[in-house]
Amino acid sequence: MRNRKRNWIPEMGTAAPEMAETLPVASESPAGCKARAARNVLGQVVLPGEELLLPEQEETDGVGVAGERPLRLNAGMRSRLRVVCGPGLRRCGDRLLVTKCGRLRHKESGSGSSGGIYWVDSQQKRYVPVKGDHVIGIVTAKSGDIFKVDVGGSEPASLSYLAFEGATKRNRPNVQVGDLIYGQFVVANKDMEPEMVCIDSCGRANGMGVIGQDGLLFKVTLGLIRKLLAPDCEIIQEVGKLYPLEIVFGMNGRIWVKAKTIQQTLILANILEACEHMTTEQRKQIFARLAES
Amino acid sequence: MQRGLDSETKKQLEEEEKKIISEEHWYLDLPELKEKESFIIEEQSFLLCEDLLYGRMSFRGFNPEVEKLMLQMNAKNKAEEEEEDETVEVDVSDEEMARRYETLVGTIGKKFAKKRDRANYEEDENGNMKPIKMKKMFLKPQD
Repeated sequence: MRNRKRNWIPEMGTAAPEMAETLPVASESPAGCKARAARNVLGQVVLPGEELLLPEQEETDGVGVAGERPLRLNAGMRSRLRVVCGPGLRRCGDRLLVTKCGRLRHKESGSGSSGGIYWVDSQQKRYVPVKGDHVIGIVTAKSGDIFKVDVGGSEPASLSYLAFEGATKRNRPNVQVGDLIYGQFVVANKDMEPEMVCIDSCGRANGMGVIGQDGLLFKVTLGLIRKLLAPDCEIIQEVGKLYPLEIVFGMNGRIWVKAKTIQQTLILANILEACEHMTTEQRKQIFARLAES
Repeated sequence: MQRGLDSETKKQLEEEEKKIISEEHWYLDLPELKEKESFIIEEQSFLLCEDLLYGRMSFRGFNPEVEKLMLQMNAKNKAEEEEEDETVEVDVSDEEMARRYETLVGTIGKKFAKKRDRANYEEDENGNMKPIKMKKMFLKPQD
């Protein structure tokens, strides 16, 4: 019985601290599959639990497997580029660990010193507050000096009444319960209640604050928002040619639209919701039909 | 008879005391943990990954302020990406500037010159102002 138990324990790869000095062998992770090089996996679907190797490591690992070790003057030190791991990835020792399923993307950074940024292009409906994101929130309560704003996350964000352009203790902003607010997060982590503001670091509003009267607010997936806000998005360009309208995109999956008549507003909302699942031709047909009518 | 201890024995006693005190101090008996400098930074924001446009948009003049903002914010994004080498555009070239200054000195000088000296300015009419001639001073007779 004892022997059986011993055999059942999976063989772990090099994990002991003594190996820190020597070059690591291409090891099997506990998941049982070999870690792949991030460079080779770009654009492919990755699943949570996979480990990805960064470019410097795959060279050394490849050498380790072959059994030869080239003489290096500074074997312990490796000159590395600073790599940023974005949404969907986590740091796991020297490697990247995938935490969301989706396609792996990479972008070279403008300055050559850092090695670029890797992230996973995933799809989800639930928003998790992230610092710096511009979101649309609904004011749910007004207590003392702060407003409680529902942004679609796990808890309502707090918005101080002084965080508006030109607001002072005597000159309070005109915000009521039920108003729509376009603001950005200054504090957003899993340990604290998120805080948002409606001014930027210079004290200017830059379009943030209370969103005006009328219009329609609806919810879409987070991936669609990013797709619509991409610099070369055709959907937005075509929509802009239909009739005068105004749109506000919140990174929490909320879109607010307004046009001159209610019918136009509803048409716009339906198009934006449906364009996620349409092919290009279907979309062009619909726009053509709309342009006629 | 010596009262007290020698300086040597005093030193020895002090050293022994120090040894005893330092041995009594507690210390952690851990192996040296080597801090690996991590070259991977974690960011949860999509703003770094993809260049997203500004979230407020207005088309066909529905909200002129938002349209102005759109131009401003999207231009700011582009300006940060492209490193433009802006050369200051000069309306007037340097040579022309020098020429103008030459003539300018003469014309303004004329304004402050007395009536008798103005005649000196009008001598050369090629376009260049001649320098002022020597004023007629009193010459002392040499006997």
